[in-house]
Amino acid sequence: MRQAFAQALMELAAADPRVMLLTADLGFGVLEKFAAAYPDRFFNVGVAEANMIGLATGLAEGGFIPFAYSIATFAALRPYDQFRNGPVAHQLPVRLVGIGGGFEYGQNGLTHQGLEDLALMRVQPELTTIAPADPAQAGAALKATYALPGPIYYRIGKSDTLHLPELEGRFRLGRVEVVGEVGEVVLLATGAIAVEAMAAASLLRQSGVRAGVAVVSTLRPEPVADLRELLARCTLAATIEAHYVWGGLGSLTAEVIAEGGLGCRLLRCGVVSMPAGASGSEAHLNHRHGLSSAALAKRILAALAP
Amino acid sequence: MSNLSPHQLRRLILEQSRRAGVGHIGPALSIAEIIAALYGEVLRLPNPEDPERDRFVLSKGHAALALYAALKLKGIISQEQLDTFCGDGTLLGVHPEHALPGVDFSTGSLGQGLSFGAGAALAARLAGSARRVFVLVSDAECNEGSLWEAVMFAAHHRLGALTAIVDDNGQQALGKTAEVLNLRPLAQKWRTFGWQAAEVDGHDPVALRQALATPHPDAPQVVIARTVCGKGVSFMEGQVKWHYLPMSEGEYLRACAEQEAAP
Repeated sequence: MRQAFAQALMELAAADPRVMLLTADLGFGVLEKFAAAYPDRFFNVGVAEANMIGLATGLAEGGFIPFAYSIATFAALRPYDQFRNGPVAHQLPVRLVGIGGGFEYGQNGLTHQGLEDLALMRVQPELTTIAPADPAQAGAALKATYALPGPIYYRIGKSDTLHLPELEGRFRLGRVEVVGEVGEVVLLATGAIAVEAMAAASLLRQSGVRAGVAVVSTLRPEPVADLRELLARCTLAATIEAHYVWGGLGSLTAEVIAEGGLGCRLLRCGVVSMPAGASGSEAHLNHRHGLSSAALAKRILAALAP
Repeated sequence: MSNLSPHQLRRLILEQSRRAGVGHIGPALSIAEIIAALYGEVLRLPNPEDPERDRFVLSKGHAALALYAALKLKGIISQEQLDTFCGDGTLLGVHPEHALPGVDFSTGSLGQGLSFGAGAALAARLAGSARRVFVLVSDAECNEGSLWEAVMFAAHHRLGALTAIVDDNGQQALGKTAEVLNLRPLAQKWRTFGWQAAEVDGHDPVALRQALATPHPDAPQVVIARTVCGKGVSFMEGQVKWHYLPMSEGEYLRACAEQEAAP
């Protein structure tokens, strides 16, 4: 997804001289092409996320569209005050790009695991928050939204090989993309973990459960209408996010169900304990925290058992 | 060239603080000459919407009343607007918001304004504009690590369009800066980071004008303005409590009488 992001950004920069790229000294193997093609619009600001967001605010006030790039935890958590009081408060077109949510940097340990970025971003009322599911959707999302007048947070997955063929790269801001057929069970997924949701739905179908996947790549503006429509049709909704279960997609879905007076049950799948002290590969940690396709299918089947 | 009187600014600061019953009077009084120099002469402000205008960031946002007073004296906001200061539903809160004409950046969370200013100076350079950017920070704001991130960036990129002014009044919310977190030698710190630094009497309009008049072609510059917190009101000068306290009616009358007697 990083390469798709970088490629889309190259295309945007070619067409729009306002597009700039700042990085807090991360992006090895990803940002070099942009830096070479647009040296006047590329700044490695050093390991200084707080300043990066302040700079982006000043640049945006001067008419530019700065993308500020770092690993999701550092992008979202370290300069949160700057982001809130800068681009969000001023409603300026700064694009904060958080790479690799959940356990995508699993071997690097807790400091590098983005488990609360979506919650932090989702609570800002005027902040567009997007977590694409695969590279094609990331490219589409970037092109569809980069010129919005206000600020945006993008959670961009690390993997470049991820591919959800049925999604076909579809992206509509504030909408839910349904993949396949939704039956009694809907798996709502956000970000790169959607691939596990797809595989889990397939396992469920093999077990005779009519389960479909809906990709929720926009957390704000909240896709309330689409969610209500979907949730009204099913008996069980499982939210799947590489994130703590609090504050992100699971919470959004709970709010929609409760406020809509809907009858469907909710199973929030995500991280429920601090993963300190046990690093490992993304696959290992996803499984350990119940986010592998097998673990997801097992949990959903258990929830359906009489 | 339009001159702007620090005495008039002080009168408005006192009037409005008293009317609204709020504090932060000392930090606003300490920057009266700095604001007067900027808004009287230094800033090129054909109008507050002109994209080519110089930018000003009041990074020590808690002194916004001094800025509001200048905007009033410049005719950018009206007396009626100024009289809403700290009222319900006002655009003129304790800290400035960019929605108010004449306020380029909202501030209030210390340690952010210099980054805004560095970004604005970089934007000017990339746009081929000669506009300048001034950022007024407090001395205690130099406690914030993020400020030094911006200091390094501006020096590395030789942002000559950027000028920082430190309101060096030696006080912070809970004490003297020398006792809370020692900043000395302050000018030397900025120089070591690659800035052109000048130290001036922050209540001397001529010295301030001279220090602020010309951008350095090749480096950001900082003016360490030595000031007195609460300057111009004898019983407030150098008193930490006037960072926060509002005035009683008697204190207000005494403060006003001192302004009348001032040269």
